[in-house]
Amino acid sequence: MFVSLKLVPTEHVSLRQCGILTSHKELILSIRSTACYRSMANSAITLVSWWGGVQMGPPDPILGVTEAFKRDTNPKKMNLGVGAYRDDQGKPFVLSCVRKAEAIITSKQLDKEYLPIGGLGEFSKACAELALGADSEVLKSGRNITVQTISGTGSLRIGANFLSRFHGGPLDVYLPKPSWGNHTPIFRDAGMQLKAYRYYDPSTCGFDFKGALDDISKIPEQSVIMLHACAHNPTGVDPRPEQWKEISDIVKKRNLLVFFDMAYQGFASGDIDRDAWAVRYFIEQGHNIVLSQSFAKNMGLYGERVGGFTVVCNDAEEAKRVESQLKILIRPIYSNPPMNGARIAATILNTPDLRSIWLGEVHGMANRIIKMREQLVAGLKKEGSSHNWQHVIDQIGMFCFTGLKPEQVERLTKEFSVYMTKDGRISMAGVTSGNVGYLAQGIHAVTK
Amino acid sequence: MSVFSEVPQAAPVAVFKLSQDFSNDQFPQKVNLGVGAYRTDEGQPWVLPVVKKVEKIIVHDDRLNHEYLPILGLPEFRSSASKIALGDDSPAIQEDRVGAVQCLGGTGALKMGAEFLRRFYNGNNNTKTPVYVSAPTWENHNAVFANAGFDDVRPYKYWDAENRGLDLAGFLGDLESCPEHSIFVLHACAHNPTGTDPTQEQWMQIADIMMRRKLFVFFDSAYQGFASGSLEKDAWAVRYFVSMGFEMFCAQSFSKNFGLYNERVGNLTIVAQDADNLKRILSQMEKIVRTTWSNPPSQGARIVAITLNSPELFSEWKDNVKTMADRVLLMRAQLKAKLQALGTPGTWDHITEQIGMFSFTGLNSKQVEYMVKEKHIYLMASGRINMCGLTTKNIDYVAESIHETVTMVQ
Repeated sequence: MFVSLKLVPTEHVSLRQCGILTSHKELILSIRSTACYRSMANSAITLVSWWGGVQMGPPDPILGVTEAFKRDTNPKKMNLGVGAYRDDQGKPFVLSCVRKAEAIITSKQLDKEYLPIGGLGEFSKACAELALGADSEVLKSGRNITVQTISGTGSLRIGANFLSRFHGGPLDVYLPKPSWGNHTPIFRDAGMQLKAYRYYDPSTCGFDFKGALDDISKIPEQSVIMLHACAHNPTGVDPRPEQWKEISDIVKKRNLLVFFDMAYQGFASGDIDRDAWAVRYFIEQGHNIVLSQSFAKNMGLYGERVGGFTVVCNDAEEAKRVESQLKILIRPIYSNPPMNGARIAATILNTPDLRSIWLGEVHGMANRIIKMREQLVAGLKKEGSSHNWQHVIDQIGMFCFTGLKPEQVERLTKEFSVYMTKDGRISMAGVTSGNVGYLAQGIHAVTK
Repeated sequence: MSVFSEVPQAAPVAVFKLSQDFSNDQFPQKVNLGVGAYRTDEGQPWVLPVVKKVEKIIVHDDRLNHEYLPILGLPEFRSSASKIALGDDSPAIQEDRVGAVQCLGGTGALKMGAEFLRRFYNGNNNTKTPVYVSAPTWENHNAVFANAGFDDVRPYKYWDAENRGLDLAGFLGDLESCPEHSIFVLHACAHNPTGTDPTQEQWMQIADIMMRRKLFVFFDSAYQGFASGSLEKDAWAVRYFVSMGFEMFCAQSFSKNFGLYNERVGNLTIVAQDADNLKRILSQMEKIVRTTWSNPPSQGARIVAITLNSPELFSEWKDNVKTMADRVLLMRAQLKAKLQALGTPGTWDHITEQIGMFSFTGLNSKQVEYMVKEKHIYLMASGRINMCGLTTKNIDYVAESIHETVTMVQ
């Protein structure tokens, strides 16, 4: 609908205040004051918004859980959707090594000049060492390029963009079934196609090793395969070392490009070297991997957005070329990364005392999770459950795929105010010694 | 055989290469007039006193932790940042049709806006919609929009090299002749790299045409407060366009006016027609954010939010901003005076007429090369200098060098 009127406000009042644009369907010429505008001929105002056709985006499934949890007035309510560590009082945990690092940083009175596009050098170096091991041949020969990224998501995104632009093989990424929900849209937005390989076996709540090998053996050469380095999200099911070895073999046979996502190093078993074993083994076996790392969980630096992206190249010269291209990718997204979290992480990793404290605290967090797993299973036995809950203990990391069906999840939420995602996934971080008994009660009630 | 063996070496980003060359230069009187960051009269980076104060507050507040921010960012940051751009009493804000996305610096805000426009503006996924950026403009504008998927990023006439001013006729001509619905990236104030802004009357003409021809308004506001020393004055154009009734985006950066360069503090302010449109826009923005960085970094946004929401700290911040703006104005005045005193060929009024951190000196590429190689004064090939690189100690050397260059090299 158009009006051949030109309105030129002589002061800063909106057209709305002039009585125009009260809705985009009608034009109401209730002119409040002729003093507020003057009209000229031969111009048009469109009343239809640019965005009329924009649909409401679907609500985020995890956020929906938290919203509902917030509204619930039951004092015994539990939020097991949250993907962030909580202490045994159910509170967010700021690591003491982080506080100490912050104090050191404050005392240095550093400036706030832009970081290089690839981030804080001392962080990237320490980040690579953490993943690959200080004695890694890759580091010695300088054939890796590691850049600081916006936590794990930012790392995956840069990686996806890099592959989309430069990967000579099929732009197909094979994700384990299931995988972290955000993997799919990240790769899709970057222009890659998503495929899957079997991974989780619902009948055992464990690893479908045979299915995985079978599917992987059929993946077209040079495709990209995504592997969760440890503490698989959402299932908590990790391959055993012997199984990793066979996976490495078949991946090598198929000549696939390996993309490791390591968001929980240290957080899974409590031991950073143990959790990085698969990554290091693959490299030793000759895979030139790409790797995403996050420090959100293992350093509790969630909101500071600390992560790294690594490409293991043939040699240092290739690494230089790859680096130059990564910078070209990063610059038009956010120019250069944020300092604060990377500075904290670098200080921790590079200061022996703090690193020591950190290793202890990571161990502590992992241990608490492991203990909660054990207590949950014990609690279920005590309630008299006849089901096999061994998988709760066998699974590792923050998440547990309980095996609960959607109807059971719904009952658990409605009757017990226990909030979790429909796929039966619970965040063990939300479980405390204070509420694990209640959780066992609820799970038993809906599964007996 | 590596999958990356064919990856070519990319050329380095010019402005960072310049800084590197400067770093490597051993000449004792070298001057860096390249990268766009504020420097004190001692040539040092400056952490704003109010920022130091607020950082102490944060470190000592035990209630604060490092949990994830919401996807769209810290709410108190988003709303106070939008108020800075639009004004506390903005009718659009009162009408609940202003929203915001906290982003990683001004770059991140441009990126989010660009990604949204490519998906939802002028049809769905219409990568053919022309995006116009000024000639010249900040070199990253092109890449931001191209990488967001726009096929057609073009220049609009802006800088009149001969007269060292705004090519208004050319600009208006491009506005009249461009395809309808084209997107225009406008510099809210302190145009980078020319330092030349339209006057208020000229902005009104620009707005008229854009409204009539249904062009999309995308402001880039990286220097609010830094240009004139006044937040209100530097936001005049943005607020005028809002009052005209445009649905528009404004990418805000707090890198310069808060000196928070490396904390990546930015805000994409969205002015929609009504609350319902706004709601749907923000829901889609969340999806774009989620696949790019999930949620933004918390430190810088906290510093800004605490400052803007406390009357005393806000006042102190405005003083700090004025300190920076005033030093730049002083350097402009002194450089022009010295060049005139030296009798340097040419006119140098543009040095004080231009505004903000940058000045387009008018030096050509041969002259720039001379400045860099012979005088060890580092500036961009375009002739752009960062006024912040000038100090009372080096301004004589710079003025004399410009004089020498202009006389020796044509």
